[in-house]
Amino acid sequence: MQLTNRSKQVSNKEMTLMERAYIPAIATGLAITIKHFFAKKVTIEYPEVKRYLGPVFRGRHILKRDEDGRERCTACGLCAVACPAEAIQMVAAEREKGEENLYREEKYAAVYEVNMLRCIFCGLCEEACPKQAVYLRHDEFVPVFTERDQVIWGKDLLVEDMTNRYTREAWTKEEARALDAKRASGESTNVVPRAIP
Amino acid sequence: MDLTEFLVKTATIFVVFVLTLVIAMYSTWAERKVAGFIQDRMGPNRAGWGGLLQPLADAGKMFFKEDFIPALANKWLFIAGPSLAMLTALLASAVIPFGSTFRINGHEIVLQGVESNIGILYVFGVVALGVYGIMVGGWASNNKFSLLGAIRAASQNISYEVAMGLSLIAILMMSSSLSLGEIVAQQHGMNWNIFYQPLGFLIFITCSFAECNRVPFDLPECETELVGGYHTEYGSMKLGFYLFAEYINMFISSAIISVLYFGGYNYPGMDWVYSQLTGALGSETGHNIATLIGTAVFFGKALFFIFFYMWVRWTIPRFRYDQLMNLGWKKLIPLAIFNIIITGAAVLFLKPVITAWLN
Repeated sequence: MQLTNRSKQVSNKEMTLMERAYIPAIATGLAITIKHFFAKKVTIEYPEVKRYLGPVFRGRHILKRDEDGRERCTACGLCAVACPAEAIQMVAAEREKGEENLYREEKYAAVYEVNMLRCIFCGLCEEACPKQAVYLRHDEFVPVFTERDQVIWGKDLLVEDMTNRYTREAWTKEEARALDAKRASGESTNVVPRAIP
Repeated sequence: MDLTEFLVKTATIFVVFVLTLVIAMYSTWAERKVAGFIQDRMGPNRAGWGGLLQPLADAGKMFFKEDFIPALANKWLFIAGPSLAMLTALLASAVIPFGSTFRINGHEIVLQGVESNIGILYVFGVVALGVYGIMVGGWASNNKFSLLGAIRAASQNISYEVAMGLSLIAILMMSSSLSLGEIVAQQHGMNWNIFYQPLGFLIFITCSFAECNRVPFDLPECETELVGGYHTEYGSMKLGFYLFAEYINMFISSAIISVLYFGGYNYPGMDWVYSQLTGALGSETGHNIATLIGTAVFFGKALFFIFFYMWVRWTIPRFRYDQLMNLGWKKLIPLAIFNIIITGAAVLFLKPVITAWLN
């Protein structure tokens, strides 16, 4: 059985004069390295150039709003239960009269906090959510933090911005680039989420 | 020697000194850049444009690290080691002819630190002293690995100096002068020694790799066997001096190679360029510009050989120690002696025949 066509039979035959001279072998080696010297480099210079990581990448969390701008989260706590790292904490509150344009359900999360040091970005909260409220963005990382109070993210950072909505409509690199261009030109990139069951 | 001459010499020496240091400094940057490029990477590119400030950052780091001396080390010799390495490395650049002459108000200024009639002998003497820096440092560390590394370096340098000297004798037989300025002047135009001494050049460059402790002969700092070699116990700028001395040595030997075998500041068509420049700009400015072009050519050659050193470093794996000694004593020395005999025969019999035939 042949596993590879690059294997060479080992032999302990006497080397020929050409092989013992060593210089031709060095010249061959130098030719190989100089070819690599002028070859195109594969490095992606990270902070300046960012690679598209694909639509299933799990980056930072976002709390979605619906198409009318109401928060979808109903503070059921299933995400906190599902979380293996116990990174999510929330305080539920009842919706008052006149707040119908803010919250979709009668109960909402007054406080919703994710501890970004604990989070392991497994995506189980996203899977557990019955209201399609919490998602892990595929296009943004949690930025590096340098202070303690930057670690726990509250609703101010998590809730979706209606002027720059998060969508996962870009499934390929090209679509992602096109979407980036749309965002950069200030266009709304709204997409209607699936209907809630 | 009058005062102006003294001042001119001082200025020349100072310029040579600064140039050597700057080139050695940027060799460290170039080494990492070349390593990166050969391995399909980018190399350092964060400090300054293209990583050009990297040597400064490295030096700053080296200076601010703890200057540690092991308790059982011999303190004096421990400090003397890197100082000696640095000193001997810097001394050698004094006799290298960087160009022909500058003409200012009718005075001729030679672009060479010291025009010595035993230039190449001086270089060899100083280079031979270089092994003391390593040996003293390795011994003073009071560490077995350091001592082993130092002994390796010493025996390697001594072994390869023999073959190097023998390969050089062939050059000296042709030039019948020990002065580097004279040897370069004889290679006027395209009359380079490499065309007469290809075998001698090969021996010489192999030996200079060994003298500089560069790959494939970098056994003194063979990590897998000796931790860090002779500088295992060194840190801070003392380590920096050792590494820096290596790069200075590399530049010196590249310069020596280009002087001995590749005609130094000579290039094909230099007479035509010279007559054009002096014709157009007068015998003073024209001459100076022609000299500058020659100096640029010299540095081009020297820098190419520095690149060649790096290129080889990232291509060839390290020799085993017995292979190193076999190559030095059993291959290179007989080859060098053979080369001397051939050269002697050619100078004695072939040269008169060819000159007679040409006339």
